[in-house]
Amino acid sequence: MKGPRIIETRDLIKDYAMGKQFFRALSDINLSVNTGEFCGLVGPSGSGKTTLLNIIGALDNPTGGNAKVMERNINTLRHKEAAKLRNESIGFIFQTYNLLPVYTVFENVEFPLILLKKNKYEREEAVMQALEWVGLSNKAQSKPKQLSGGESQRVAVARAMVKLPKIVLADEPTANLDAANSHNIIKTMQKLNLELNTTFVFATHDEKVIKYLHRKVVLNDGKIVDDLNIN
Amino acid sequence: MYLIKLALRNITHARLRIWLNIIVLSFAFVSIVMTEGLYDGLSEQVRDAEIDTNVGGGQFWQKNYDPYDPFTFENSHSVIPAELGKTIDEGKATPVLITKASIFPRNQIQVVRLKGVDPDQKIIDLPTSILNKDKDVNLIPGFIGSRMASSTGLKTGDFVSARWRNINGTFDAGDIKIVSIIDINAPLSDRDQIWVPLKKLRDMMQAPKQATIIIFKKENKNRIKTGIQNWIFKDQNFLLKDINENINRKKIYSTIFYAILLGMALLAIFDTQVLSIFKRRKEIGTLMALGMTRWSVVVLFAIEGSITGIFAFILGSIYGIPILSYLANEGILLPRMVQQSQFAIGLMLYPKYGINLYIVTSIILFISVIIVSFLPTRRITKLKPTDALKGK
Repeated sequence: MKGPRIIETRDLIKDYAMGKQFFRALSDINLSVNTGEFCGLVGPSGSGKTTLLNIIGALDNPTGGNAKVMERNINTLRHKEAAKLRNESIGFIFQTYNLLPVYTVFENVEFPLILLKKNKYEREEAVMQALEWVGLSNKAQSKPKQLSGGESQRVAVARAMVKLPKIVLADEPTANLDAANSHNIIKTMQKLNLELNTTFVFATHDEKVIKYLHRKVVLNDGKIVDDLNIN
Repeated sequence: MYLIKLALRNITHARLRIWLNIIVLSFAFVSIVMTEGLYDGLSEQVRDAEIDTNVGGGQFWQKNYDPYDPFTFENSHSVIPAELGKTIDEGKATPVLITKASIFPRNQIQVVRLKGVDPDQKIIDLPTSILNKDKDVNLIPGFIGSRMASSTGLKTGDFVSARWRNINGTFDAGDIKIVSIIDINAPLSDRDQIWVPLKKLRDMMQAPKQATIIIFKKENKNRIKTGIQNWIFKDQNFLLKDINENINRKKIYSTIFYAILLGMALLAIFDTQVLSIFKRRKEIGTLMALGMTRWSVVVLFAIEGSITGIFAFILGSIYGIPILSYLANEGILLPRMVQQSQFAIGLMLYPKYGINLYIVTSIILFISVIIVSFLPTRRITKLKPTDALKGK
């Protein structure tokens, strides 16, 4: 079920300084994403997918143009406000999982809820539910180094989903996984998208992911070259 | 509060590196307390030894007496005034007659002080009663300290020729029998000195009822009438001035050692923090992506460093308190070389570990640890989340 617009960019530009010169990573990006979409930024390496994802996730600021996420203007967000937006409304999934190595699976998934200052019982309930979604209830006390790549990424999905965010941003989530694990991960996310109406935005060039997307925004050299809705 | 919880979790789950840091820091903490306690114990022992064997509760000096000028000794004695005589009779003070003499040990000439003391006195902590052992009236019995024995080569039972002047300026001579060599903690009562019976020295100098100084019982230091003609009262502070200055001079070395130990401990923390921030950049980026502000991450790291300090304090207390208590009670046996030094130290050194020392050292260490933990974390405030996530 698609809802109102949740992400919107207008003439978005991102430049990186390279010595005295600038490298334009994104150029005139105009993109709208509605609530509940399961879409992907698709393109080769260096096309600007991750840069755009980082701006949408309020981890980076655009150089020009405008980016709005949940009606909040990313350009004008102060650091603290950006952190609050990420904390409350955005879940991240990274290519290298980025689990906190000294924590157990349970503690990793619990972490965003601690930042949200949820009480112990709320946290326990939410973490166990999130681990159930990804099928890792039996690994709650394991450490990340005891997990396989697929399991680690499922923990990352549980960590992103545990706070029931409005948006999940996944940067190359299957790049380090084999076909079977990639399939499982994407199916899990697809299920959560349907059940919880969470908006998923992927940055990927992995065909295994692309075939599950409902919408493909194709980027090349920092520009949107195609925007395809797939039924 | 949640940051403390997270920091605690990070520390308790951390690897060997943090625990090694905690162990090193605890060593530094215990070493600092131990060194300071040794120094405090040494200072106290030195002062006590001087008070017990030399200074007492204060002294009256004959007005001409200057301990640093042996030429004054010939004129720095007079008859003890009645007021002081009464105090001596009451057992609250003891007179000492001092004169310069030459002795000839090993066929060499050496200038010494002859100190006449009442063998039955109980005011200063010297075994003067041994001067009563030999009843031969023609004999001059004397005892010396081990430092004096070492410098002259004299042994118990030896006779040493001595030459002195009486109060009329006439030279006289005789043999002094060394009846005992004793360990005197205070060098001021040892070096270049021979202790002889007061009455004997008075006879040798033809100075009946005279004295150079009158030493008061240390317990009486606040009950001494000072206005007596031709006699000047010197209180404990004055008499301990040289010792105190010496102690304070040495305190500088102790402070430098303290700073070095503290510096090493803090350097370990600083290094760990810098390394930690460098190695944990990706984690920092993840924390920011999950919604932590930069400032929260800074505080988290600073708390981790501070908790390291607290754990080090607890660990140090667990093994340090029993060790330090044992040393304070049993003392540390000193090598002979140290006893021969200019400091008044006995065979054993008893460190002094007061609660103040423990608290002050803990507070200094703890505050330093917080500051040092915080300094490297400021770099986090300059980190861009996107760079941190890439581990840049």
